[in-house]
Amino acid sequence: MSQGILVFVEQRGGQVRKASLEALSEAHRRAAAVGGDVSAVLIGSGVKGLAAQLGKFGAKKVLVVDNAALENYSTETFTQALTEAVKKVSPKYVFAACTSMAKDFIPRAAARLDAACVSDAMDFVTEGANLCPVRPMYSGKTFGTYSLSGDLSFITLRPNVFALSEAGGDAAVEDLSLEISAPKAKVVAVHAAEGNKVELSEAAIVVSGGRGIKGPENWPVLQGLCDALGAALGASRAVVDAGWIDHQFQVGQTGKTVSPQLYIACGISGAIQHLAGMSSSKVIVAINKDPEAPIFKHATYGIVGDVLEVVPKLTDAVRKLHEHN
Amino acid sequence: MKIAVCVKAVPDTEAKIAIADGKKNIDFAGVRFVTSPYDEFAIEEALKLKEKLGGDTTVISMGGAECTDVLRDSLARGIDNAVHLNDADFAGLDTLSTAKVLASAIKDGGYEIVFMGQQGVGGDNSQVPSMLAELLGFAQATMAVKFECDGTTFKAEREIEGAHEFIEGSLPAVISAQKGLNEPRYPGIKGVMAARRKEIAVKDAAALGVKGQVGGANLKATIKEMALPPERPQGRKIEGDSDAQVSELVKLLRSEAHVL
Repeated sequence: MSQGILVFVEQRGGQVRKASLEALSEAHRRAAAVGGDVSAVLIGSGVKGLAAQLGKFGAKKVLVVDNAALENYSTETFTQALTEAVKKVSPKYVFAACTSMAKDFIPRAAARLDAACVSDAMDFVTEGANLCPVRPMYSGKTFGTYSLSGDLSFITLRPNVFALSEAGGDAAVEDLSLEISAPKAKVVAVHAAEGNKVELSEAAIVVSGGRGIKGPENWPVLQGLCDALGAALGASRAVVDAGWIDHQFQVGQTGKTVSPQLYIACGISGAIQHLAGMSSSKVIVAINKDPEAPIFKHATYGIVGDVLEVVPKLTDAVRKLHEHN
Repeated sequence: MKIAVCVKAVPDTEAKIAIADGKKNIDFAGVRFVTSPYDEFAIEEALKLKEKLGGDTTVISMGGAECTDVLRDSLARGIDNAVHLNDADFAGLDTLSTAKVLASAIKDGGYEIVFMGQQGVGGDNSQVPSMLAELLGFAQATMAVKFECDGTTFKAEREIEGAHEFIEGSLPAVISAQKGLNEPRYPGIKGVMAARRKEIAVKDAAALGVKGQVGGANLKATIKEMALPPERPQGRKIEGDSDAQVSELVKLLRSEAHVL
């Protein structure tokens, strides 16, 4: 009988992703209801040193699949490593942060083990020892609560939604040595993109621009506010389609979904497809010169005004605040 | 080269979404179905690949009557053949069952490449391409923003957090399309007329050899309840000139919202 929760902890270049620690924290909180222990699995090359710190986030045991062939992420090699770890631990649930890596290989692992897979959970309802993930559908216009059947289910958790907590203790670290099969497709290079220093989907604060910034020459105005706040820059579809900025910055239905603590929409009218990508933000500030813009219906705080006048003043005010503290 | 494209008929993304009685699904009354936006990039990539290497393209869609117009739209853009996977057993499938049905339609067809959108809008799962690749034993590249293929190997580029990944692999492969991969063409009037005369092959669960293997008791993830998101509390507009607005905003963000 399978029990407990196994958390895939993502690392790139020796850095553990914060969203994975959130998933681990959530597993720790749910462990009592589910029964069994929380374990974690780290996959990569030279990653064993990252294992011990996972204890305090709730892992009782950390399986380390450390192999030179796992230096770069590739779908098939990570699928093999994760599915072998799952067979070893026999968990009832596998958690992972819903990142581009997880979206790529978690469903492949689920298919290999003929298991359920639910993406982008934002909450859980418990039914006895069963977890029922709650996730947005139709770009957040509805939420579905899922029933899972079978001995094993994979669930990916949306970044920035589940609280980090260091309520755990020490973890036992265990090697899982595997012969990694040659993949049919592999990652041959990873190039840093020119873009946000803070990843958009994981940023605590996001500042987004739309048509109201008037032209691409005004991105530095928003970037100034981003720098002052330590925020990531986002954009509406309208300005991405107009070629003012690269698609990687797009927030909304055909872009990224964000759930920051604070979302500042600058000159964005609030089309349904944009709201889809940011309406789960904790606090929304809208700055728009059109008082009838739909974004104001969703904003916690609204300022009717010209973005290019308001944003520089806001940037100054934030800078002053930081100097005083 | 045999190229497959999987497309999904989804409610128009501008549609207002209401929950149906029973709270297991949305209310489809009056909803217009369209090709899932990401699938348009997949169709375009299939057409481009055929233009480059020659071959034969087939569009495949699983679902009910809503698939017909979507399949005709693909034909109108220039896809050669259309297959409709339609069976009462295919209603309300989870991602794994969906991938199993698609795999059953693709596995013996001699396809070397399968294109599909990186997610079907609505379900927003982003799972079926990877599951399909696994069930077929194919290589995969998901959320591709660039793609090249010489007939035996492929190169793809995908956006990840703060970086781009460059993937190289050998065919056969499943490629899922992200926005940015290409600019989809729109069907011309000639294409639309020609598409009307084309036959759409229909296959059911028995023909696909999956009778009793998908849906029903085979489902592993089912929707227990669907609900609208909680309403956001009424916000407030900050009045005054821009200096007053900014200082009030900063104050509220600090002392009321506690986010600064």
